[in-house]
Amino acid sequence: MSTTESNNAGRQATAALATENASDAAEAAHAAATPTGAPAIELKGISKAFGTVQANKDISIRVMPGTIHGIIGENGAGKSTLMSILYGFYKADAGEIWIKGKHTHIPDSQAAISAGIGMVFQHFKLVQNFTVLENIILGAEDGALLRPSLSKARKELKRLAEEYELNVDPDEKIEELSVGHQQRVEILKALYRQADILILDEPTGVLTPAEADHLFRILDFLRKEGKTIILITHKLREIMEITDTVSVMRRGEMTATVKTAETSPEQLAELMVGRKVLLNVDKTPAQPGKTVLEVENLRVKDEDGIERLKGINLEIRAGEILGIAGVAGNGQSELLEILGGFAKGTGHIRINGEEIDLTGKHSDGQSRRRRGISHVPEDRHSLGLILDFAAWENMVFGYHSDPAYQKNRFVMDNAGIVAHTAEAMERFDVRPPIPTLPAKSFSGGNQQKIVLAREIERNPALLLVGQPTRGVDIGAIEFIHKRIIELRDQGAAILLVSVELDEIRALSDRVAVMFDGQVMGIGPVETATQTGMGCLMAGMGGEDVRGMDGWTIAAPEESQ
Amino acid sequence: MEKTPKWVDVALIPLLNLLIAFVISGIVVLLIGEDPIKAIKVMVSGALGSPYGWGYTLYYATNFIFTGLAVAVAYHASQFNIGGEGQATLGGLGVALVLLAFPWPHWTIALIAAMAGGAIFGAAWAAIPAYLQAKRGSHIVITTIMFNFIGAAVLNYMLVNVLRPRGSMDPATARFGASTHLPTFHDFPLVGQFFSKSVPANVSFFVAILACYLVWVLIWRTKLGFEIRAFGRSESAARYAGISPVKIVMAAMLISGGLAGLMAINNVMGEAHRLVLNSVEGAGFIGIAVALMGRNHPFGVFLAALLFGFLYQGGGELALETTIPRELITVIQALVILFTGAFDNMLRAPIESFFVARANARKEA
Amino acid sequence: MDFGTIIEILDSAVRLGTPLLLACLAGLFSERAGIFDIGLEGKMLMAAFFSGAVAAVTGNAWLGLLAGVGGSMSLAFVHGLASITFRGNQLISGVAVNFLASGFTVLIAQSWFHQGGRTPQLSGNGRFDPITLPGAEAVQDVPFLGPIYSNLISGHSILVYVAFAMVPITWWVLFRTRFGLRLRAVGENPESVDTAGISVIRMRYTAVAITGVLAGLGGVYLATGLAAGFVKEMTAGRGYIALAALIFAKWRPVPALGATMLFGLLEAISNRYPNIDLGVVTLPIQFMQAVPYILTVIILAGFIGKAIPPRAGGQPYVKER
Repeated sequence: MSTTESNNAGRQATAALATENASDAAEAAHAAATPTGAPAIELKGISKAFGTVQANKDISIRVMPGTIHGIIGENGAGKSTLMSILYGFYKADAGEIWIKGKHTHIPDSQAAISAGIGMVFQHFKLVQNFTVLENIILGAEDGALLRPSLSKARKELKRLAEEYELNVDPDEKIEELSVGHQQRVEILKALYRQADILILDEPTGVLTPAEADHLFRILDFLRKEGKTIILITHKLREIMEITDTVSVMRRGEMTATVKTAETSPEQLAELMVGRKVLLNVDKTPAQPGKTVLEVENLRVKDEDGIERLKGINLEIRAGEILGIAGVAGNGQSELLEILGGFAKGTGHIRINGEEIDLTGKHSDGQSRRRRGISHVPEDRHSLGLILDFAAWENMVFGYHSDPAYQKNRFVMDNAGIVAHTAEAMERFDVRPPIPTLPAKSFSGGNQQKIVLAREIERNPALLLVGQPTRGVDIGAIEFIHKRIIELRDQGAAILLVSVELDEIRALSDRVAVMFDGQVMGIGPVETATQTGMGCLMAGMGGEDVRGMDGWTIAAPEESQ
Repeated sequence: MEKTPKWVDVALIPLLNLLIAFVISGIVVLLIGEDPIKAIKVMVSGALGSPYGWGYTLYYATNFIFTGLAVAVAYHASQFNIGGEGQATLGGLGVALVLLAFPWPHWTIALIAAMAGGAIFGAAWAAIPAYLQAKRGSHIVITTIMFNFIGAAVLNYMLVNVLRPRGSMDPATARFGASTHLPTFHDFPLVGQFFSKSVPANVSFFVAILACYLVWVLIWRTKLGFEIRAFGRSESAARYAGISPVKIVMAAMLISGGLAGLMAINNVMGEAHRLVLNSVEGAGFIGIAVALMGRNHPFGVFLAALLFGFLYQGGGELALETTIPRELITVIQALVILFTGAFDNMLRAPIESFFVARANARKEA
Repeated sequence: MDFGTIIEILDSAVRLGTPLLLACLAGLFSERAGIFDIGLEGKMLMAAFFSGAVAAVTGNAWLGLLAGVGGSMSLAFVHGLASITFRGNQLISGVAVNFLASGFTVLIAQSWFHQGGRTPQLSGNGRFDPITLPGAEAVQDVPFLGPIYSNLISGHSILVYVAFAMVPITWWVLFRTRFGLRLRAVGENPESVDTAGISVIRMRYTAVAITGVLAGLGGVYLATGLAAGFVKEMTAGRGYIALAALIFAKWRPVPALGATMLFGLLEAISNRYPNIDLGVVTLPIQFMQAVPYILTVIILAGFIGKAIPPRAGGQPYVKER
């Protein structure tokens, strides 16, 4: 059997698959649980297409028992698709799955569960108005009546909680739990089903640094117990911190599998994007002019009454880029939303010294646009574009009331807009330059260029940019970065939000770090140290930020 | 990505769906022991074989244009207005009140006033569900259904207790003044000689065509239409763009209700010359089938309304000349709604993948 | 109004509320599983016709029941096909189902019986006769409780007792069994069910089938219990009132009993007293008829506690992006 295995493995193009035989791979495994024999999971030649998009192309991996295997890649590289196939959530077009040395068919999640696979999805699959206990037993009930299952699960939950520091109140409803606790429920669900292979998809994206640390501690326990873990992430730090082996994915293909101890973040980053990451953008030092944006004690509550922005103060001057760094979910989105006019709040926002409304009729996106605020939103699919609309309709979306786009009092100048769009597409190198094509037919980078063209060409006083290069190919990234710098040089104030620290560093003149709805520190990009920013992103100040000259560090508040 | 030609979407799929609906209806006719071919012949000759038939076909089509447009406009704002029946009922009340309130000197003035009355009452009946949807998130499908029943009760009350002339047993209003009677096709120059006096099609038909054009302008040429379509496709993006959800839902539903209410100039003012119980006769619901069949485009609505006008008139003839009850039309209507609406993916998915495969094959060749 | 009259009105309310209750519980199963069903009306109508027709031909109410439930289930299957398999719009499908029933029943009735779209009068074993509960006659003369037992509780057809029994059964199934847990989960978050290894499609079809059975029983009762035979459009909006009751009850079985009996009572009162003189104003019969709908709108508007439907309701489940 092992000959056919190595034959199969050898067929694969993924050259860096360094595991020619099992004993070699075993060395890579964690010392505490040195396994022998077959890999816990082996994927051979998995392919999957969604329509015309090839999400996975001929992918092979082997993961040894008792190890943590990382899968890293950019957004849209196909990591989640691959794992969903392993979990039986999607069906592969081609390829084989071997579990513990046995060729296993996984047509649905039931099959995955009985093969001992548990999965913690990026978006939790929990029933919000069920209790923890009900969620745990769903699909794993013993018998037709609930009562015995519930009492058994209650006991089991207590044991698991003690064993792995996975404490949750079994009778609490999911909707009452914090995100971190909801994730624990997902892990408990898998453990309750006696999974010995656990897949976690971007588990730390929604966690605070403390919660993330706790999660990694749990994963470490599980590894020591001999469980096999696959960790999907796009964060290099996490890979380096906890994994034993790592596979890199790029555009649906597996580009390499290496032992974590034998690689470096730089090498992984290069493998992820296909060439050396050169995020150094040509830019001259900023020539800041007068203050354009002043934000004072800005507070925003979400629908549930939870305060998402807790008194933000900052200002941006003309001809300067302020980058907002931070872990996703620390208030950056809310900051963009209220500045862009689709959230309500209290405090003060002034544009060129003029107060703008934070509630009521004149606080909407139309009023903001009239004030010279343009906004490239974080999520172009759900906010920035109407995917079914043609490019020309999207090119004026949000500015469709502009007198320039009206033929007369009653109707819009559609022909004029189409002509204008054709020119703008030319200038922004949107391909294909066909104004009548629906937005959904363009690639991510070209979609983003349409949004950018629309917002930049207005010559705004203030440009809000959220995640400008998320899901955008390398070529377009450089183009987009250049345009943002150009706008700065023309004297616009720019607020850049990005979860990619490299992007923040490359573009910003000054950086503000947000944590838990507050600005933890703000200062010039030149003196910002990696560790210092990391600490601020984790909500801590202290020793590590001492060396950051010119930085204003918030007084550490007691966390609730 | 967009590999399916446009004609497939706007013509082929609706026509195939229609064909399936007709085939199944034909089987039903066979099952009840009748001859479907003969049924079609009767329907065609009854609805299209004579000016008399045409006069009724176009009369019914006029109703369905209004209600079909009503459903279509709301649909563009992603609101499913199932309350056309109630809005048209109230529109009839508005028209009747306007026409009874004042001795109108000429039908032209009366028509304008009646249009205002019908549209305002229809819009008002859509306003409450629209407001509850926009402000409180109450599901508009359920509230408009409820308002159909409440509307029927209101009309019943008004006719029985308020508007019924003294001494009359009939739950209906008094007749409108002769000066408010709309010219029918019989009264038109040139073509008038072909149509008999009893033909109900009247100038409302041209108002309906005008309404089609204006709805087209509204949806595809105006700012409001742009915003309605944007909101209908993506509510989150509309909010980003500063388009107020409350404003759009209200505007779309008021226009929708107004269009449904306008129908009353045809059936109440143009034909019955008084308001009776159940004057709408299900036209509000047929509007759903018409809008679905017409792909929510005013021109499509126009064509689909003609089709349903034909079915309605043909069905009436069928009941007269054969033993097939006119409820056959309800079955056809249901099947059209089912196949063009609910079962849309049944044909669409395979047809689209066929065209995608063909396009890919061509690319490789 | 004497005690005897009150008992009579309540008795009538129970009979009028029974089809509403069955249809309401039918809707509850479907909507709890995430399938909106505005086609209850059509399913009841179809069942009413087939039960009336088969009972008339065979003279056996039980065969009528089977045929009625079969008719209702065939429409439930159409709705399931549209909503689950073809991922169509559930509301549009519901509308179609209603029209299908409305046209089809008359068409077939006319073809089979030639009585203008009705079925022949049912008599004898063709109807579900009232059941006299044990001891009903003996306690007749006991003051207060006697008439309640013998006139209000006793003397209904079997389907009335079935309907009432369905309330605790539904509650128990929903909240105490594995099936109920999965059913509720599939209406709240089908992905949670799918990733737990349970087929969303099978769960939803099962729910829709139960809806077919219960709505069918409601229709059967209309034609073979409440009335004696099928009449064109005999459901007269009851499917929609049941829907209103379901919202009123916030998708819970015990309140569903309360809501449907309240609506049944309203109908019973307006049947007996067309215009109610309250001294200051006279409530016209039309108002009484509209009350269920008005109450539902008020509930939907959230003025009396918010009615939150199952979260995944109305959305087809699409796994692949």
